[in-house]
Amino acid sequence: MKEMMATIGISAVGELFADVPENVRLGRPLDLPKGVSEPETIQRLKDLAERNISSQEVISFLGGGCYDHYIPAALDHLILRGDFSTAYTPYQAEISQGTLQAIYEFQSMMCCLTGMDQSNASMYEGGSALAEAISMALSQTGRQAAFMAESVHPEYRRVTESLIPKLGGKFGNLPSEDGLVDTSKLAEQIDERTAAVVVQYPNFFGRIEELDEISAIAKRVGALLIVVANPLALGMLTPPGDFGADIVCGEAQPLGIPMSYGGPFLGYLTARTALLRKMPGRITGCTVDNRQQRGFVLTLQAREQHIRREKATSNICSNQALMALCATIYLSLLGEHGLQTVARQCFQKAHYLRREMEKVSGLVFPFSGSFFHEFVVRIPNSKKILSKLAKQGTFGGIALERWFPRLTDHVLVAVTEKRTVEEMNLYCQQLKGVLE
Amino acid sequence: MTEPLIFEMSQPGTTGFTYPGLGFPEIDPADHIPAKFLRKTLPLPSVAEVDVVRHFTRLSRLNYSVDVGFYPLGSCTMKYNPKVNEDMARLPGFACIHPYQPDDSVQGALALIKGLESTLCEITGMDAFTLQPAAGAHGEQTGILIVKAYHDKKKNKKTKILIPDSGHGTNPASSARCGYEVVSVKSNSLGGVDLEDLRSKITADVAGLMLTNPNTLGLFETDVTTIAAMIHEVDGLVYYDGANLNAIMGWTRPGDMGFDVMHVNLHKTFSTPHGGGGPGAGPVGVKKHLECFLPTPRVKFDGKKYKLIQKSKESIGSVRTFIGSFGVLVRAFTYITQLGAEGLRDVSTHAVLNANYMMARLKKHFLVAQDRFCKHEFVLSGKPQVQKGVKTLDIAKRLLDYGYHAPTIYFPLIVDEAIMIEPTETESKNTLDAFVDALEKILQEIETNPELVKSAPHNTPVGRLDETLAARKPDINYFHQPGRL
Repeated sequence: MKEMMATIGISAVGELFADVPENVRLGRPLDLPKGVSEPETIQRLKDLAERNISSQEVISFLGGGCYDHYIPAALDHLILRGDFSTAYTPYQAEISQGTLQAIYEFQSMMCCLTGMDQSNASMYEGGSALAEAISMALSQTGRQAAFMAESVHPEYRRVTESLIPKLGGKFGNLPSEDGLVDTSKLAEQIDERTAAVVVQYPNFFGRIEELDEISAIAKRVGALLIVVANPLALGMLTPPGDFGADIVCGEAQPLGIPMSYGGPFLGYLTARTALLRKMPGRITGCTVDNRQQRGFVLTLQAREQHIRREKATSNICSNQALMALCATIYLSLLGEHGLQTVARQCFQKAHYLRREMEKVSGLVFPFSGSFFHEFVVRIPNSKKILSKLAKQGTFGGIALERWFPRLTDHVLVAVTEKRTVEEMNLYCQQLKGVLE
Repeated sequence: MTEPLIFEMSQPGTTGFTYPGLGFPEIDPADHIPAKFLRKTLPLPSVAEVDVVRHFTRLSRLNYSVDVGFYPLGSCTMKYNPKVNEDMARLPGFACIHPYQPDDSVQGALALIKGLESTLCEITGMDAFTLQPAAGAHGEQTGILIVKAYHDKKKNKKTKILIPDSGHGTNPASSARCGYEVVSVKSNSLGGVDLEDLRSKITADVAGLMLTNPNTLGLFETDVTTIAAMIHEVDGLVYYDGANLNAIMGWTRPGDMGFDVMHVNLHKTFSTPHGGGGPGAGPVGVKKHLECFLPTPRVKFDGKKYKLIQKSKESIGSVRTFIGSFGVLVRAFTYITQLGAEGLRDVSTHAVLNANYMMARLKKHFLVAQDRFCKHEFVLSGKPQVQKGVKTLDIAKRLLDYGYHAPTIYFPLIVDEAIMIEPTETESKNTLDAFVDALEKILQEIETNPELVKSAPHNTPVGRLDETLAARKPDINYFHQPGRL
């Protein structure tokens, strides 16, 4: 340190801060605890962690945009590699080919799942990804309104309203009959001022929307169709692109990302080629180097904030690169067969639980018809029942009333491939017990 | 030395992973879901686990990272990331909890959030924090939405945000996202805000000013309190871009400089790794008069229990789903716990010492943008080298051959041929010396063999890439290329 100070020409480090005006100097130590050693740090964090009940200690049927899927062991070992986790955004392409190629593979896989032409390198998470999708639609169509189905995740709607204040009160509320968009009313609720129609697939209640009909209605007024899709469900369900979706976006947490109390997650955003210049954020492209080898670079950067400043398509800079890598490795490990299997198991198990729950007297299933891995059940005195179940070690579902006041006692139940027959049977038994 | 695409490794029929059986008879999906909704083909690659692991391990080795070496990327704060942070984020009590679990079952998580909020308040001098924003730019957007909510509530007619021309690109982009017109303010000869130009641009319709301090030249804005007062005079708010917080912890605080709202980049200052471009976290801090506008949910402690408050009347809403990038918050909290009050101040002291040491060694070779003590980073100009036919880009690429990541180049925009170096506090004198030696060698090469520099890099997995081709004929989706589906 002395040598360094001599080179600089100072005798005390304080001289380096001499330009900080007296009246804004802190002049006292920060009022924070003393630093502690690594073992003590671990103990403090462990103490906090132990005050939480993890999904390893309970049987969880919680979903609603965050799901408890099995994550193959190999995934975390790869993610922990410092070469991936401690690199910055790949600005120097020559020494960032690992990150860049992985992003290219991610973009391609997301397109494969959604049936879209192009994907960006990732967004923060599902709700803000949807807000960006709607911004794209506004910019592309020059219109100001968007219609969002009530069956879209209610927090996504709140996020969109918060992030695009200029949309103001121009949101349309679609009536959801039987947990689905009422397509007969949709045509009346949109017009030539509507930039986009937004639906979710499977929707927030687990149901499968009539995408082909909705798409046709949207196209009639020149509105874009934005589909919020669970990419894991797309292992089983027809890609939204096949029904005419213009933008498919959402939350890719189900693809190998831990629940972590809601983040870091992985927003994704895919679209048709016509929307390429409106895309927010980073995009990786394949090219060649001066040795005639294949290589990858960040491309079409003229859309981005570091070049265009206030005229950029978005302000996004850091995205969720490492989470996108999780999804890419997850999809690589599972492959075609694995993703089909996990999607099918989610479907099969959810239907098994639903059948078993139908045998429990007192439960009502308000939304009939096809669903993927989530469904709504009406449980009398749901608040009390859910808290009793929690005490017995089961998180039975999410009460919908907090977002939908008219859906009293409606509970959203999610089933992933991780739940076993025994766990589902136990849940039904516990329900019987507490309902009596 | 390139790696095949995962799609090119596919062997149909292979699988990298198997699941246990169902344990009950299957139903036929076609009986429950209309056929049109059942997917026919899924062209994902089929690769065995060992080959997947090798593919991604080989890809990782094509990357440069902090764990490999010195990464002086200015304005990005590429410090070493303690490994214990990673372990803590993976504790089941943190990694395996669902955002809709009952509050009773996540008391530790809520305590951590509350603890991190109050720690950030003390470090920055703000009164309240939200940890919801997912990155720096997301924090800026949140902050400017708060500015907007403040003016809307007071029925102030405000249309403009002022931003110095040296500011990060995200500043104008974030302001524009919130519907504001962006007005650029000139820098003076010291790299600070030109007060005359600022004065001429402060009108009644100015909603606020965005500023980073130290500024992007790495220099402390000595007029900061004057600037804040000028903006406050028209009831404007002053926003602090926390990208450069690593320079001042324990020495001075944005809250004491007159800032009303700010963001912190946890993935920079608080050492949660960058992950090749994310995830980050961009908590936003405000002074008391803006607390009511913070996004929800918010954590409240009633003396016994922590509780999530879902909505509040004047809140701007939610800027993302769920409470935030919790896993990133755990890493930052771990980092702060280990360092403590003194450790955080040492971080800034050493970051500034390291930067000044490097600047002292390098200023005999390069033009220094401003010849005074810098804070955590400094900006050189490669102009003299351009006169010898070698661009700053060439020098940056040649550094890769010497086993370094290049500094940030061509930013800030106010310096020609800018080379922005941020060494961070975690680097030793030996590392700094070795990097300066490498730069000196490159300067010699410019004299003796300029072609070697101009055609660099030579030792990297790939050479310079054809960016024009990439933009002209975008190949951004493997399946979109003819004959691949």
